[in-house]
Amino acid sequence: MADVAIHSATVVRPRGAKPKTRFSGGNIMLYGTLFVVSVYYLLPLWVMVMTSLKGMPEIRMGNIFAPPVEITFQPWVKAWSEACTGLNCDGLSRGFWNSVMITVPSVIISIIVASVNGYALVNWRFKGSEVFFTILIFGSFIPYQIMLYPIVILLREMHIYGTLYGLILVHTIFGMPILTLLFRNYFSSLPEELFKAARVDGAGFWRIYFQIMVPMSLPIFVVALILQITGIWNDFLFGVVFTKPEIYPMTVQLNNIVNSVQGVKEYNVNMAATLLTGLVPLIIYFVSGKLFVRGIAAGAVKG
Amino acid sequence: MTHSIQVKDLSLNFGSVSVLKNMNIDVAEGEFIVLLGPSGCGKSTLLNCLAGLLDITDGEIWIKGKNVTWAEPSDRGIGMVFQSYALYPQMTVRGNLSFGLKNAKMPKEEIDKRIARAAGILQIEPLLDRKPAALSGGQRQRVAIGRALVRDVDVFLFDEPLSNLDAKLRSELRVEIKRLHSRLNNTMVYVTHDQIEALTLADRIAVMRSGIIQQLAAPQEIYNRPSNLFVAGFIGSPSMNFLHGATIDGGAAFQFASTKINLAGYEGGAILDRPKAILGLRPEHLHIQDHSEPGLTIPAVVEIDEPMGADSLVWLEAEGGLKMSVRVPVERRMAAGTPVHLKVDISKASIFDTASEQRV
Repeated sequence: MADVAIHSATVVRPRGAKPKTRFSGGNIMLYGTLFVVSVYYLLPLWVMVMTSLKGMPEIRMGNIFAPPVEITFQPWVKAWSEACTGLNCDGLSRGFWNSVMITVPSVIISIIVASVNGYALVNWRFKGSEVFFTILIFGSFIPYQIMLYPIVILLREMHIYGTLYGLILVHTIFGMPILTLLFRNYFSSLPEELFKAARVDGAGFWRIYFQIMVPMSLPIFVVALILQITGIWNDFLFGVVFTKPEIYPMTVQLNNIVNSVQGVKEYNVNMAATLLTGLVPLIIYFVSGKLFVRGIAAGAVKG
Repeated sequence: MTHSIQVKDLSLNFGSVSVLKNMNIDVAEGEFIVLLGPSGCGKSTLLNCLAGLLDITDGEIWIKGKNVTWAEPSDRGIGMVFQSYALYPQMTVRGNLSFGLKNAKMPKEEIDKRIARAAGILQIEPLLDRKPAALSGGQRQRVAIGRALVRDVDVFLFDEPLSNLDAKLRSELRVEIKRLHSRLNNTMVYVTHDQIEALTLADRIAVMRSGIIQQLAAPQEIYNRPSNLFVAGFIGSPSMNFLHGATIDGGAAFQFASTKINLAGYEGGAILDRPKAILGLRPEHLHIQDHSEPGLTIPAVVEIDEPMGADSLVWLEAEGGLKMSVRVPVERRMAAGTPVHLKVDISKASIFDTASEQRV
C-alpha cells in the first residue's frame, strides 16, 4: 500500500533512510546535558577513589582532583582492619560482618513472609483481607521517628533490645508493607485460572505456593532481594538506635570512624572506609541492573 | 435416568449483589449441557460453583449422588478446562498431566498408564516432553483437556475452552470435543457465548440471563420454540424478526399495521386476544414471492441483498419502517427497491405476549 502511494505521487521524494545530522542543536543539548550530569555524579567518586589511594603528605598538598603520584593501598588496609571506633581497633571488618549477620536473615525472613502474604491476599481472600492490606500499607506512611521510641520499649519488654535479633525483627517488620504490596501486585498479574486449575488438581495452599507461584515469580523475588539488601545494608537510623557498639552495622561504624575527633583526620582512610561500605549495594546494582528495572516495572504497574 | 449433577435452589450473592438466583438443574449421566448467555449472565460463575472454586450462598450441589456443596474441588470428581488453558508454564506437558495425580499420591505406574492413555486419545504423545510455551494454541488446549482426562472423572467442566483459538481451529476442536464425548460418554458441562458451539455440541442448552436460566431444553426446541423474547432474540444469527402488533379474533389472526396474518396452524398454547403481542419469524421461515396472499403474506420492499456464500440474506423494509431479514438461496438476487410479499410459515413462528415477554 505504502509503495503504491509513493510511486503514484507526482512529486519525487528522496529515498532511503533520513540522513542524520550529527551536530544538530538537539544532539548538542542532549549530549551536553548528559555529560554535565555524569560529571556531576562521577566527580565525587573520582575524588574519593583518588584520595583513598594517596598518602597523607600528598593529601595535604590539596590537589583533590589530581591522581596519586605514589599509589598506596595502606588506607584501605587500615580502614578494613585497623581503624578505631571507641575501644575497638579492628577496623570496618567488624561492622561488615555485623551487617552481614543483620542483612541476611532480615532479607530472607521478610521476603518469605511478604511473598506468602501477597499470595494469600490475592488468591485466598479472607473476610477482611482488604482491610488488612490497607492497614499494612497505611503503616508505611507513618514516619519512622514516631515509632522509634515505642519500638525501643517493645524490644526491651521482649528482652531483645540491643541484640542482633531485635534489629533483624525491626528490619523484617519494616520491610513488610512495600514487599507485600510488591508481591501482591505481581501475583495478581498472574492468570487466576492457573490457581483454579491447581485447586482442581488437588493442590493445597503450600503446594500451589511452592510449585506453581514461586517458579513463575523469579523476577519479583530478585527485585525484592535487591530492595531489601540495599535498604537494610544502607540503614543507619535503626542500626544506631537498636544496637550497641559491639554489634553496630557497617554504616554506623563508618560514621564513627569518619567523625572521630581525636588525632589527625585521615582523609584517605575515611574515603577507603566509605567506598568499602558502599561496595555491597554497588555490586548488587551492577549485577542485577536490568532485572531490577524489569521487576519494578512488573510489580508497580498494577494497583 | 440417573442424575450426574443436581443443582438444587442454588443462589450466589457477592455482597448485596445477587449473581445466581435460585437455580435448579438436573443433568443426566453422559449428557452434554451447554450454558449459553451473554457476558455477565453468570454462566462461568455457575461453572465455578460446580467446580467448587466459589462458595455458594444457598442451595446444594450433588454430583454422582453425593452432596458436594462444601467439598474441595479435587474431591468432587470433576475435571476442568479453562479458556486460557491454564497450563503450568514451568512444567512439561507430562508434568502438567501428572501434577494432579501426584497430589493424589497415585503410584507412578498408574500415572504413566493414565498419561499414555490420555495422550493416545488426544494425539499429544510427541509433545509430552515439551513446555507449554513451545506449543500452539490448539495443542495447548488439547493438553488442557488431557489434564481433565487423566483424572478419570465422571464430569468435565469446560469454561469457554475455544474462545482463544482462531476460527478454523475452533471448528476443528469443536468436532474433536464432540468426538471425545461420544467416545468417553462423560457428563460434560460447557460454558460458551457462541451459539454455534452451543447448538452443535449440546444435548441440552441452558440459556442464561442475569443469573437466571431462561430456558433449558434441546437445541432444536430452543431454536424453534424459544420460551421468551430474550431467548428468541439471543439464539439465531441474524436474529429473529419481531413484528409488534396485536392478536385479534379470539387468537385467530395477528394484526400488524394494516396487514392481517392468519394464525391457523400455530404450534403453541391458547393465543387469545392480546392487545399487545409480538410475532417472531426467523429469516429462514419467510419466503419471498411477488404476489400477495391475503392472511398469509406481509408486503415489504427490498433494501439490500447480502450474498453469504451458501445462501443470501435479503434485508427488507416492511410497513412502519420495520427492518426484516429473509434468508434466500444465493442464486436469487434481489434488486433494491423491488416490492415483494413475504409468505409466513406460521407453524414455525412464535408469538410472545409483550407485557410478560413469554411465548404463547
